[in-house]
Amino acid sequence: MSFQTAIFYAFAAILLFAALRVITARNPVHSALFLVLAFVTAAGLWMLLEAEFLAIVLVLVYVGAVMVLFLFVVMMLDINLDRLREGYWDYLVPALVVAGVMVLEMATILLGRYFSLEGMPRPSPRPADYSNTRELGRLVYTEYVYPFEVAAVLLLVAIVAAIALTLRARKDSKFQDPARQVKVKRADRVRLVSMPAEKPAGGGKEG
Amino acid sequence: MDFFQQLLGPAWPLVWTTLKIVAIVLPIMGAVAYLTLAERKVIGYIQVRIGPNRVGPRGLLQPIADALKLLTKEIIIPAGANRFLFLLAPVISIMAALAAWAVIPFDAHLVLADVNAGLLYVLAITSMGVYGVIIAGWASNSKYAFLGGLRSAAQIVAYEIAMGFALVGVLMMSNSLNLGDIVRAQEGRAGLLSWNWIPLFPMFVVYVISAVAETNRAPFDVAEGESEIVAGFHVEYSGMAFAIFFLAEYANMILVSTLAAIMFLGGWLSPVPGLPGGVHWLLLKVVFGLFFFLWFRATFPRYRYDQIMRLGWKVFIPVTLVWLLVVGVWMRTPLWLWN
Repeated sequence: MSFQTAIFYAFAAILLFAALRVITARNPVHSALFLVLAFVTAAGLWMLLEAEFLAIVLVLVYVGAVMVLFLFVVMMLDINLDRLREGYWDYLVPALVVAGVMVLEMATILLGRYFSLEGMPRPSPRPADYSNTRELGRLVYTEYVYPFEVAAVLLLVAIVAAIALTLRARKDSKFQDPARQVKVKRADRVRLVSMPAEKPAGGGKEG
Repeated sequence: MDFFQQLLGPAWPLVWTTLKIVAIVLPIMGAVAYLTLAERKVIGYIQVRIGPNRVGPRGLLQPIADALKLLTKEIIIPAGANRFLFLLAPVISIMAALAAWAVIPFDAHLVLADVNAGLLYVLAITSMGVYGVIIAGWASNSKYAFLGGLRSAAQIVAYEIAMGFALVGVLMMSNSLNLGDIVRAQEGRAGLLSWNWIPLFPMFVVYVISAVAETNRAPFDVAEGESEIVAGFHVEYSGMAFAIFFLAEYANMILVSTLAAIMFLGGWLSPVPGLPGGVHWLLLKVVFGLFFFLWFRATFPRYRYDQIMRLGWKVFIPVTLVWLLVVGVWMRTPLWLWN
């Protein structure tokens, strides 16, 4: 067994363990952290496939941004484990049906004649100075430019929709607008009044 | 060297790489120790004080005394804390602060790993540092620590985007993700005028301010905010566990200063045309950047939390996006001077 194969099996074992713990951990924060571990391990596997750009971007986007926001939300939830366990048996049957369909679908693809490993030739290893990133960029902006643009527009629509859904500002709630606060000048807040000192009415005598 | 190579056989690359890693990490640790002294001295002089001057000649042994004190203190684990995560959090912080050094080029040939996607690697590794803060905040089982962790998460996600866009400008200048190539692309006849900081000036400013925010330093240190939430995410930490957070913060400061020097200030290149470049120029630029960190801390009051969010999302991201367009168009015209 070569060194790379050993690393592959070690990473695959960690990945499976982490993925299993994501759905079995009792505490949702632990689940989210195991998902982080799964992402990092998957990035390691992609690195073994010589897909450096995708591997690093997986860590950058999913671990560095998406999971941080996930944790942000999950940590703030007030979770009652007993209430979560309610109705476990009611959901078991539909869940088993869904799981069965998924296993069947994956089996048709992975075990079928049309997608067997023999159909895929092993890619030849690239020289060390081969830039994965440059090649990917070239393909995305030349050969696959229209699918890429369509995907970008889809994402944009999703962003606009998500923002529009959450933009329901209540009219009666009070809030501060920092943009207006930082623009404040002295004249908006303080009025300097010139008040000449008055002379006492009696003149000369001090009381 | 050949003798050792024959002695160790196949284990030689492992030993040799470990030695190289030690040769990078040990000076960083020393620099961190003396950066804390420099901070106390510089801020002392800014505030018309003398700063530490008792331990050793002119107070030069102060960091060593501090380290001994922290080493001998007890690590207290709060009741109800998640023990494993509580101890894991500082380890993640220091891991992120040190692992990024693997791809930093100190000189034209002096680099541990000359990776093609070096810049992406640095971004990915440093973005994992936030987990140290979040996990510490959550595992401490304390309201103040938790609030600090949440603040830090929101802040770091906001400023990472602006920082990423600023780095896209650097990529456009150098056509490469390799940090060594980024420096080489800045080489020119005009010395410091041919570096990236002139054509990318708005991005340079955004990068410097985001770097201060990313490292949770004043005036962006709301994750600690000692006047509001005591000490934020590390309020429950003591002894060596706290010291590791401290080390990570200062190692991160040195790291982002080095990155700023590499990406905008020409790395190891000399500012005067004709003089040879070298690692001493990089060190000078890093020290210059670090002095700004200390100067900021002594000068600015802490930002209010909502103002930080506004600055990140509504000011920096539009500024960098507009400047990306400007640079993109500018590069195509004959007025472009940086080739």
